[in-house]
Amino acid sequence: MEILNPKYQVLSNLEVLMALREIKDQKLSQGARNLATITYETIQYLENTPCKDQSEINLLKFITEVKQFNKLTKSEVLSMVNEPPSLPLHIQLIVEDLEERLTESQVDELIQLSKKYLIPSTHDSRHE
Amino acid sequence: MFVLAELKSTVKVHPSLFSKGLSDVAKFELNKKLANKVLHKIGLMISFREVVSFQDSSILPVDGSSHTDVIFRYIVFRPEIGSLLTGKIKSCARDGIYVTLGFFDDIFIPKDELQHPSRFEEAEQAWVWEYPVEGDEKHDLFMDVGETVKFRIIDEEFVESEPSGPPDNETSSSSTNPSTDHNSRPPYKIIGAINESGLGIESWWTQNEVVDDDDEDDDG
Repeated sequence: MEILNPKYQVLSNLEVLMALREIKDQKLSQGARNLATITYETIQYLENTPCKDQSEINLLKFITEVKQFNKLTKSEVLSMVNEPPSLPLHIQLIVEDLEERLTESQVDELIQLSKKYLIPSTHDSRHE
Repeated sequence: MFVLAELKSTVKVHPSLFSKGLSDVAKFELNKKLANKVLHKIGLMISFREVVSFQDSSILPVDGSSHTDVIFRYIVFRPEIGSLLTGKIKSCARDGIYVTLGFFDDIFIPKDELQHPSRFEEAEQAWVWEYPVEGDEKHDLFMDVGETVKFRIIDEEFVESEPSGPPDNETSSSSTNPSTDHNSRPPYKIIGAINESGLGIESWWTQNEVVDDDDEDDDG
């Protein structure tokens, strides 16, 4: 085994959930017990996280709309996708030196975007 | 929390499998070999994702199997230090709190990284955050087994598995002895912290904020 790149790409929880569901839908032959176990357990975990209600389209919309802030790093955006903020406190946990980088209204806007695209269950968007 | 790692390995294909596509065999063999295992300094291997390329195959005169170097990408659990994770409390002990994600449970929050001040409640076997209220009053916030906890990753530890070697003279017959436990250190361990506002049990923070939230919603 040779390691070429330990972190070729980061994945969002949703991407992993979709990939694992695909594996689960295929019939796993015998000898794939470890794969079956880890797939099952990881799906169980992910289905209890916000990514279960997310969709690729909504993630893309979130990422696009968040670009307007022009101040968030990629890893901060990924953290928001995986641990969607619903309170200013959550944003403070993700964004370092928050007060110097975002205004209060930008924080509120971020929370609205997060509720709309990342945790749709908390956001009533029926009128849209 | 998950990454794609790019790796290279030799895949051996027995002649009986020659009729199957090389990618299928490679996928099967690499999952069999790697899934649910920790690779040192890589993380917990979840599942094969894709082949990048195959190199030339060679056949050795032993059993007719072909050997092919494959470059491939694998889904790996390797959360970044500094990032947030949500898990469930597996157990509390005097030295801290053990957290599980279900598929991974070598997560430890040392007692020094809990909310301050916290105390260990021996009778309940639970950690309690003594949240200060007005004056000298304090409010006990329990951290019970099974509760959802949000934490920040502050460190990781990889332990390379070593061959166990010949047993020590005296312990040779005591393979069931609990004292051998500390030899089985987990190959990959995550150290967490919950000593920031917003971390710990989720309800600690939502209940306090609900009132503010409602006010804002009314405005909009």
